[in-house]
Amino acid sequence: MADTKRADRPLSPFMIGPYYRPQMTSMSSILIRITGLGLVAGIVLTVAWIFAAAVSEDWFDCVNWIVTSWLGKLIYIGSAWAIWFHLLGGLRHFIYDSGRGMDIPTAEKLGWAMIVGSAVLTVITIVVASV
Amino acid sequence: MRYLTTRKRAEGLGSARSGTLHHIAMTTSGWALVAIVPLMVLVLARTIGGDFDTVRATFANPFVAILTALFLIVGMRHFAKGAQTAIEDYAHGATRAVLMMAVNAISTLTIAAGLYALIKLAL
Repeated sequence: MADTKRADRPLSPFMIGPYYRPQMTSMSSILIRITGLGLVAGIVLTVAWIFAAAVSEDWFDCVNWIVTSWLGKLIYIGSAWAIWFHLLGGLRHFIYDSGRGMDIPTAEKLGWAMIVGSAVLTVITIVVASV
Repeated sequence: MRYLTTRKRAEGLGSARSGTLHHIAMTTSGWALVAIVPLMVLVLARTIGGDFDTVRATFANPFVAILTALFLIVGMRHFAKGAQTAIEDYAHGATRAVLMMAVNAISTLTIAAGLYALIKLAL
């Protein structure tokens, strides 16, 4: 059997730190991962909330108290921004996967589009939630 | 000893040993979520803050129930696979295995609890 020997090659340094300059492309990409992982908090809280509504009014009052508290509002406004940013990031992945938008000016514009777009969509979501 | 050439061991698999399956799964579930997420956000934005009976009535609605089920099943599996990539980047050995089990447990438990609640509200 052909055995692959592990060569002691140098590793590239970690992306965050003194080695790389922060750029729109890298920062918007890192934020996709952070928002994706962070969204689990809002989703678990939402499922706990629906679950409590299905079980009993006492349980619902308990979870609904957290959901409607300032902490709950913070989680949901944060989740709204996170889910829109993550969705726009996914759309950018589809654009990149098709081989388009890889040149630096377009890639940087797509990063700005994600930031501005997610902010606008979050404001729209808050408006829809409060009217 | 297995009589495999280097090429045979690598063909179609790449360094992750699973080829492009992970990428395809993330892309297809991603497209599904492009349709599901805006509707789910709209429903939640309109329902959060409502009282006990309003919330129960909303999730008892067949369209909302199916949408929520789709969001949980497609979304949490998308989450588990996405978290897998993050874990594979930073954790190794036993830590990686424990984190993977934890992520799969959280996503499966969330799907199960959500579906139980939706069925209970629908019936």
